[in-house]
Amino acid sequence: MEQTLELEHPTPKGFLAFIKRWLFSTNHKEIGTLYLLFSLLMFFIGGIFALLIRAELFQPGARLLNPEFFNQMTTMHGIVMLFLAIMPVFSGFANWMIPLMIGAPDMAMPRMNNWAFWILPVAAIVLFSTLFMEGSAPNFGWTMYAPLSTTFAPPSTDHLILAVHLMGLSSLMGAINIIVTILNLRAPGMTMMKMPIFCWSWLVTAFLLIAVMPVLAAAVTMMLMDRHFSTSFFSAAGGGDPLLYQHLFWFFGHPEVYIIILPAFGLISQIIPTFSRKKLFGYNFMVYAMLVIAFLSFIVWVHHMFVTGVPLAAELFFMYTSMLIAVPTGIKVFNWVTTMYRGALSFETPMLFSIAFVILFTIGGFSGVMLAMVPADFQYQDSYFVVAHFHYVLVPGALFAAMAATYYWLPKMTGVMYNERLGQYHFWLSVIGVNLTFFPMHFLGLAGMPRRVADYSLQFANFNAISSLGAFIFGFAQLFFIIVIIRSMFGKGEKATGKVWEGAEGLEWTLSSPPPLHSFTTPPKIN
Amino acid sequence: MVLNYFKISVFIIRLGLFFSPLSALAAWQTNMSRGVTPLSHAIYNLHMLGFWICVGIAVVVFSIMLFSLIRHRKSRGVEPAQFHEHPVLEIVWAIVPFIILLTMAIPATKTLIKMNDNSNPELTIKVTAYQWRWRYAYLDQGIDFFSNLSTPVEELQNRAKKNTWYLLEVDHPLVVPVHKKIRFLFTSNDVIHSWWLPTLGIKRDTIPGFINESWARIDEEGTYRGQCAELCGTNHAFMPIVVRAVSESAFNQWIKQQLGDSAHGTNT
Repeated sequence: MEQTLELEHPTPKGFLAFIKRWLFSTNHKEIGTLYLLFSLLMFFIGGIFALLIRAELFQPGARLLNPEFFNQMTTMHGIVMLFLAIMPVFSGFANWMIPLMIGAPDMAMPRMNNWAFWILPVAAIVLFSTLFMEGSAPNFGWTMYAPLSTTFAPPSTDHLILAVHLMGLSSLMGAINIIVTILNLRAPGMTMMKMPIFCWSWLVTAFLLIAVMPVLAAAVTMMLMDRHFSTSFFSAAGGGDPLLYQHLFWFFGHPEVYIIILPAFGLISQIIPTFSRKKLFGYNFMVYAMLVIAFLSFIVWVHHMFVTGVPLAAELFFMYTSMLIAVPTGIKVFNWVTTMYRGALSFETPMLFSIAFVILFTIGGFSGVMLAMVPADFQYQDSYFVVAHFHYVLVPGALFAAMAATYYWLPKMTGVMYNERLGQYHFWLSVIGVNLTFFPMHFLGLAGMPRRVADYSLQFANFNAISSLGAFIFGFAQLFFIIVIIRSMFGKGEKATGKVWEGAEGLEWTLSSPPPLHSFTTPPKIN
Repeated sequence: MVLNYFKISVFIIRLGLFFSPLSALAAWQTNMSRGVTPLSHAIYNLHMLGFWICVGIAVVVFSIMLFSLIRHRKSRGVEPAQFHEHPVLEIVWAIVPFIILLTMAIPATKTLIKMNDNSNPELTIKVTAYQWRWRYAYLDQGIDFFSNLSTPVEELQNRAKKNTWYLLEVDHPLVVPVHKKIRFLFTSNDVIHSWWLPTLGIKRDTIPGFINESWARIDEEGTYRGQCAELCGTNHAFMPIVVRAVSESAFNQWIKQQLGDSAHGTNT
């Protein structure tokens, strides 16, 4: 490599140059931006699917979608939101911020970084193409349970399998890159236990990804074999077992839950201290808690399968392990609350989203503990109570953390302050919309409404109408988010200082806003 | 004008129907029903125990948080404190939740063991799931029939007013006696379904090629309704479960009638 390192690239001229610049970029900030914009787009597409579902469920009776298309929407909504919206958004923040936080010039493997990102739009195109295929798009839910997803599935399922492989490949490469970067590229003096907690959260997440993504790949490959090559992994008629699929899927699926929520924990643990003007309480225990959660995540998967008829001994074991998760998670919540305790709090948009995260994520955690009790789970399982539970941890949980982080770092990334008033509108409408949408779902589930139904009996009408109303408020609120982001991207707003926030601490705030394209080409000094 | 008034009044009536509590149904039901079996009562009690424990923890944690949010605001001119670790505190708030979890785990374990005792049934019913209906077989009585959704298509397509039991009505309900231990065997003919009857506290997946079991002893006579709970294809929302629990003599009468009917070839 005899190139000289240019510190700033000239703005590309012409369409082709512009495409080339972004297509071939190996810069962690540019790839981070790509990840963030891509996940924003997917968030809106997945959101439109969700709104179609809520529109259909606004009143009982066939209204808008036929049941067949409804099932395609529930499937697509789940897959798009998990694999193409939530996971990439955290990869985006990891790409942008981890090198800045640890004082590294870039990610350890910039070319692989580029590849890991560009696989995703391809996977998305393959996935969306199924919507236009003969037969139908995948219609068996994002969990893809056999034999509904094998013998009984539409031909387009093969495209879904390919898309899942691609998304898995992308996640794996991203994970390897993050691990190598964190372990090797920290500035001298930055020991592991001095590292910002967001980096720790991603380090743990990356190991989880490496451990479970291959399991998902194996499961969907077995699906493919059952569909086309006369194997019977998941068919009892040929000596297989439909439950084998569920075991494999949830052995991936449960750690996946923590793959999604751990980076969110990391982000919240960065933001709350900043706006409390006080150091994160119990840094060490926060790190240990994440390690314990990661360990436990591998031995709780059967709690997704309590009604499948697993033996008593297994039900007891997985009930106890699932309940145990409340302990490290509790430690995290208590530490956030104690961080705020006797701080000097101010309530800018990132802090508002973080506070909502702590409260609403905890509510999702509560229903999680209730779900762990096996006998009670027999009533909750596959009902709207579960839908309420996981949406509380995913939407005001993971998604709010991503929104908080967007507002937190947007001034750093773009160099201008976002519009605080628009941010607050966005927050309050979102928080009202989210609770109107998901809180009544607890009631619906307890009253007996199963999930993934295209139509329902009259007793569920009232809360479904409220829920749909909330969903549209939440959807509308996101237009403010878009406006805020676009304004910042085009440089509208006050010039941001390097430090941006009064209470901000960490290496990324020592750089200018926006930081130069190539930062920390010589490692910073850590005292 | 007339048309407009007509439209408006229809709209108002619809709105009224929409918000008026439906007489026979708990339209604003917010909690789990207690059900009609000893096990469903046990489940309900566990659910409420879990709920109140969560409420208790929420009140404590959120009060402290709210206190900080109000008192420790920068706008009040407070100076941030400097403390940032306290290992003893960390260990305390790991142990306390652990003990609280034990108070949930112990009754849950007891209930679960009771639930798994499928021994000595007085009646055995095999439930086979099909896309998209249920088939019930009384193994010792030799009765076997399908149970299909009976809601008229006009109601599904909004061409007729929906009746009270819209989507929760079938042509042949399952008839069972009260005060008897009934064992259910579950299997499926095609994909995985799930037989969920909230009032009996039973939800079991029906898996093709495998047999699951569960049991119930129903205390009260009545008609109980549930649905398939596992996504099973296009008409997943349209395979309800209706169980009529009747007295023993009425049940015996029903059995006789069914056997007579099938001898004459009128039932399938």
